[in-house]
Amino acid sequence: MTEAQLHHTPLLDLHRALGARLIEFGGWLMPVQYTGIVQEHRAVRERVGLFDLSHMGELFVEGPQAGEALAGALVTDPPALPLGRAHYSMICQPDGGIIDDLIVYHVTAERYLVVANASNAQVVSDTLAERLDGFRAVLDDRSLATALVAVQGPLARTVLGPLTDVDLEGLRYYAIAEGQVAGVPALVARTGYTGEDGFELFVEWSRAESVWTAVSEAGAGAGIAPVGLGARDTLRLEAGMPLYGNELDRDTTPYDAGLGRVVKLDKTGDFVGRAALERVARDGPARRLVGLAVRGRGIARHGHPVHAGDRATGVVTSGTHSPTLGLPIAMAYVAPADGEAGTILEVEIRGQRVPAEVVPLPFYRRAR
Amino acid sequence: MGVPTDLRYSKDHEWVRVDGDGATIGITEYAAAQLGDVVFVELPDPGSTLDQFGTFGVVESVKAVSDLFAPVAGEVVEVNGELAGRPELVNEEPYGAGWMLRLRIADAAQLEQLLDAPAYEQLISET
Repeated sequence: MTEAQLHHTPLLDLHRALGARLIEFGGWLMPVQYTGIVQEHRAVRERVGLFDLSHMGELFVEGPQAGEALAGALVTDPPALPLGRAHYSMICQPDGGIIDDLIVYHVTAERYLVVANASNAQVVSDTLAERLDGFRAVLDDRSLATALVAVQGPLARTVLGPLTDVDLEGLRYYAIAEGQVAGVPALVARTGYTGEDGFELFVEWSRAESVWTAVSEAGAGAGIAPVGLGARDTLRLEAGMPLYGNELDRDTTPYDAGLGRVVKLDKTGDFVGRAALERVARDGPARRLVGLAVRGRGIARHGHPVHAGDRATGVVTSGTHSPTLGLPIAMAYVAPADGEAGTILEVEIRGQRVPAEVVPLPFYRRAR
Repeated sequence: MGVPTDLRYSKDHEWVRVDGDGATIGITEYAAAQLGDVVFVELPDPGSTLDQFGTFGVVESVKAVSDLFAPVAGEVVEVNGELAGRPELVNEEPYGAGWMLRLRIADAAQLEQLLDAPAYEQLISET
């Protein structure tokens, strides 16, 4: 795909002016880093970072049966969400394989916002449209009309507070409110993918630049930094959060990924994947997602084999050098019996076996 | 980004500093910047022999892993042990403390296949 065929976010010129290195990601031309992954990572852990996430898919589901329709389409129970609250969810195939992982926000009584990964936005949109059929609910795919700017880090509230009429202190984790940011109508959510406190701002495409610039200027004194997809990946990995395409895919059920608690088997009514997921819940998954702390030299990466003694036990799904912990960390699928914390396994890094200890996830948890 | 004039360069972005029949090898500032924050460098054992343009190790940044290629053939006489504990030297001082290995050059004629500073500068300005 050439640059011209890729989608551009409304902030692309700003990223270029900031000296960002750009890459293709999920069909979009996106900033992977500005000054350097480690610096940007630390800015979010210690101060505050600014992200352009306009590549994500924003799918609004509206109508008197919007909640009911979503309950049949997803593994969670959106009608149980109080107004203004959100939850992590998944959309699965009939066989229980994950099509995408999502955040569902209950925006107004008959209006939900479903946020999908960029690479899956179209397939989620198409699948949801099919699954809404027969309900008094319509899908309004506003992915190319809605920009998303995230403000993440311990100083996020201090920076954003003066710019908005939303009561940020009163806004709970996984809650959303309508208001204004820098004079621009916005949906302000207390969600993120970094393991820090932070906010996600959904605004009209054409207003993204003024919001980004206002937050950037308001955060200058706090040391705000623009953050690319590179540090977004190291931040989410330290926080033990799965990435679709690495930990999650269509051959993986929520139970494999250790996310069985997301699936609401006790909700009333059928939903796509129920029968298959009930089976996995009963019999237990065939593999288990674990955290690994690499105890030798080298960095475990996506696709590296994992061994338990002489036996192949699994594969690394994500790995990096943790900027916060200063050591190589990874997530991997292994046989359930090899997944207890404290177990020493071996990762095969370029033909060399390197010891790695199974450790509890997340690798990093912020102080509260 | 400066390109030191006293070095020779490979198209794979390694540099060579020649001193008699000895050569010091590292990666260029351009290569280090492209990689981003270097967190691990894997180097060969002293005594091993390298082929020209053959791989001699890997460098890992937070984001990715890249092979290292020997700009000239020779026997490894010393590797930079400092990099095991301080891989960031590759970013901070690519032409100095971030050097990777010293070798005894097998065939000095191979140096002719490398780029001089203006030619290397031209190469990186085109990419």
